[in-house]
Amino acid sequence: MDLFEYQARDLFEKHGVPVLAAAIATTADEAEVMATKLGGKVVVKAQVKVGGRGKAGGVKLAENPSDAREKAGAILGMDIKGHIVHTVMIAAAAPIESEYYLAILLDRSNRTFLVMASVSGGMDIEEVAHTAPEKLAKIPVSAVDGISATKANEIISAANFPADVADQVANVLVKLWEVFQSEDATLVEVNPLVKTKDGKIIALDGKVTLDDNADFRQPDHEALIDQAAENPLEAVAKEKGLNYVKLDGEVGIIGNGAGLVMSTLDVVAYAGEKHGGVRPANFLDIGGGASAQVMADGLSIILGDRDVKSVFVNVFGGITACDAVATGIVQALELLGSKATKPIVVRLDGNNVMEGRAILNQAAHPLVQQLDTMDGAADRAAELAAK
Amino acid sequence: MSIFLNESTKVIVQGMTGSEGTKHTRRMLASGTKIVGGVTPGKGGQVLDIDGHHLPVFNTVAEAMKATGANASVVFVPPKFAKAAVIDAIDAVMPLVVVITEGIPVHDSASFYAYSLSKGTTRIVGPNCPGLISPGKSNIGIIPADITGAGPIGLVSKSGTLTYQMMYELRDIGFSTAVGIGGDPVIGTTHIDCLRAFQDDPDTKAIVMIGEIGGDAEERAAAFITEYVTKPVVGYVAGFTAPEGKTMGHAGAIVSGSSGTAQGKKDALEAAGVKVGQTPSETARLLRAILGR
Repeated sequence: MDLFEYQARDLFEKHGVPVLAAAIATTADEAEVMATKLGGKVVVKAQVKVGGRGKAGGVKLAENPSDAREKAGAILGMDIKGHIVHTVMIAAAAPIESEYYLAILLDRSNRTFLVMASVSGGMDIEEVAHTAPEKLAKIPVSAVDGISATKANEIISAANFPADVADQVANVLVKLWEVFQSEDATLVEVNPLVKTKDGKIIALDGKVTLDDNADFRQPDHEALIDQAAENPLEAVAKEKGLNYVKLDGEVGIIGNGAGLVMSTLDVVAYAGEKHGGVRPANFLDIGGGASAQVMADGLSIILGDRDVKSVFVNVFGGITACDAVATGIVQALELLGSKATKPIVVRLDGNNVMEGRAILNQAAHPLVQQLDTMDGAADRAAELAAK
Repeated sequence: MSIFLNESTKVIVQGMTGSEGTKHTRRMLASGTKIVGGVTPGKGGQVLDIDGHHLPVFNTVAEAMKATGANASVVFVPPKFAKAAVIDAIDAVMPLVVVITEGIPVHDSASFYAYSLSKGTTRIVGPNCPGLISPGKSNIGIIPADITGAGPIGLVSKSGTLTYQMMYELRDIGFSTAVGIGGDPVIGTTHIDCLRAFQDDPDTKAIVMIGEIGGDAEERAAAFITEYVTKPVVGYVAGFTAPEGKTMGHAGAIVSGSSGTAQGKKDALEAAGVKVGQTPSETARLLRAILGR
């Protein structure tokens, strides 16, 4: 899960990373109240989970509370690269002398953690990495050892931080590691990390990505979910414990196993090329034990998607037996009754496939048709969606 | 021959007393795997009777190894306890640890992987994987044993069900070893480790490599193939239609910006001379053409 800037800021504050005083507002009136509380000049910042908001006009300096009200009014409701601004952060303004960059992230390629640090902060770091890679220090960090004071000093000298800020940046690095580790983050980025005119180091803007797999030990993270941005079908699926991603096509997909479902989407998209560009409508992995209830939950979510014209159930019986899956489909259709209205193409293979196919043949549900191969079934499902 | 395991591999099951552990211990026994015991902290001293096999339960991996001579472990414990279980196995100098558990926080897997590297005595397969099988010899994990038999194909895959699908497509030819390496962002054994082992295994004549979106493991594997692998390799990559920034089931299956795309992986593999199928079936046909079957 990616966090909003203000959520990242709050996590930084919680772990002792220096940040500016700030508050959030969802209306222009609120923005004025918050700016009054903060006093002096403030910065009004659009809260969107996408880069480039400054260039898009989503960050404005306000001279006083009534100016903050005006600026917030202009920013709220803006569309920044498809993200509508519902919230602004009102932050105290700081006189900036220098801008730096710090990030701790998971380095998948090397299966370790990595610190990236640069004294050329404030800009697009991917561009720095591309045009002036010598300005971006990359230092591996062991998941076992983390960032100690000694490690922090190693990073500071590798990135050539000036001596007058070394101690403060070292402190920030140790605290950022605390955020990274204790919050189960996979990315903690500060861009820019600034030195103010009075010599203080402050994390001015932050980006944090949290590991969903750690939710079981991070009860506070649930409150960070942006409910408003969740697709309603995805929200229902999540409640039912289903692994579902809404896509923009017309063929509803149900399968078992993440790899097989991804493959199913691809095969449907290829088949769709011959049928007017029909595409998969979703990713849905029902996992190993496809009980009738799970199948019914899955089918009902997919049939609740108005974009869906046909459904493709693609199951390879590994641990799950195909007869159990077939029974699940039959019972799911009974549970759904008249709510089931779209053609369903089923391809079963693997464990107990003959028994499974026989169950579906015997049930002879008018909406269900079976094909023997994945490619053939994908083609039929695409054809039905194109009609 | 086979890679990483053989008919004399002695296996303990960490989490054997749990429902998943018991269920899959039964399945592994039925497929001929030499299961010699289990580990559940706090339940040491119990004996589990599974289909007439009396399997001792130990508190630690070290005790289990001492008493049984086990040289492989398979982990079925829940995510919360997985790190401690793997560390226990590494500390006991267990040569092979296969982590089936899905949903382990990446801080935990990065941590036990780093720990295994520092010790240098344990190979980890997974986490979030179906395990590995050498048909007719041994089966460590949850891959169905009855899909196919022994043969000349080596298979390495990030995905469980695509592993089963590919074994099924090529069931008349058979496999030396099939390894499900797992779909997490940090895994212990990579495509490259398996490619190297298959290249060095005299019984493996051709290799199927299955990848999916996320990370750059396939690109790295392509570079490795160019430099090391002379046996024919066919490939398959899943996730062409996955949108940017969405996790597709596996924790590691995510396209970030322009990196980790299926197209990028396919291009890299093809540049290394690997024939890449557009569907699993086509991939199987490409392999058949190479083997002349």
